[in-house]
Amino acid sequence: MTPLTAFLMVAALVFAIGLAISLTRRNAILVLIGIELMLNAANLNLIAFWRFGSHASGHGDGLTGMMFAIFSIAVAAAEAAVGLGLVIAYHRHSKTTDLDAMTRMKG
Amino acid sequence: MIFGLSIVFLLTAILTVAGAVAAALLKNLVHCALSLTVTFAGLALLYLQLDAQFAGFSQILVYIGAVAILVVFAILLTRGAGVPEYRGYSTSWLLGLVIAAGVFALLGWAVVKSLPAASPASAAPAITVQSIGAALMSSYVLPLEIVAVLLTVALIGAVIVAMPESRKHDVEQGGAK
Repeated sequence: MTPLTAFLMVAALVFAIGLAISLTRRNAILVLIGIELMLNAANLNLIAFWRFGSHASGHGDGLTGMMFAIFSIAVAAAEAAVGLGLVIAYHRHSKTTDLDAMTRMKG
Repeated sequence: MIFGLSIVFLLTAILTVAGAVAAALLKNLVHCALSLTVTFAGLALLYLQLDAQFAGFSQILVYIGAVAILVVFAILLTRGAGVPEYRGYSTSWLLGLVIAAGVFALLGWAVVKSLPAASPASAAPAITVQSIGAALMSSYVLPLEIVAVLLTVALIGAVIVAMPESRKHDVEQGGAK
């Protein structure tokens, strides 16, 4: 097994676990945790392809994959802030974070 | 070396996956958040093994320093720390598990099928933080500005969404008087 394959398999495993968390857990915060795990798996893919890809022969300065991962981290941070703010706002209205009990958005 | 992989990589990968599995299985939400932190640290170690030092330390700063703390704050704000979670899994958890396993099988099949068995060992890219900063300020300056605007808008929006609404009603009533 080459190192690139190993890193991609770890990323696929983390992505699948994040998807399983998002689909099976009932707490809204845990669903957000699952989404964070999926974003992290995508970042690991980007960094692995950047490291083992042919960055010397491509155009530019060989930084594209790294930059993609850095911007992805920034966007994921914004997503976490907005998502957790929404969960807190919903909890203030209806005192629950249970997704099966969240049936209406109007306060 | 086991299966052509280094011991450090195997330990880090096991740590990362074990943290994610613990986040999926634990009952207490605070424990889930702490095992999520373990996963983030493992991913940062994987980045460091890939010679991506800047991304690794960004991962530690952003995820362990900010996102994990934010998750713990949200958990503590929405419910007490010691209360066990009531009915932790969805009623359709089996279907979700099957879908996740199917996605993993598909991804694994694609990875194993599409990559060559022995890739040529490429040299570690010589990237310094200085070159990353210079690239951010020259060829990537437009994405950098867009991300800055996005972060500002997202943080202001998160504060507005999470702000108590009673204050707005007070202001409206005060204006009516």
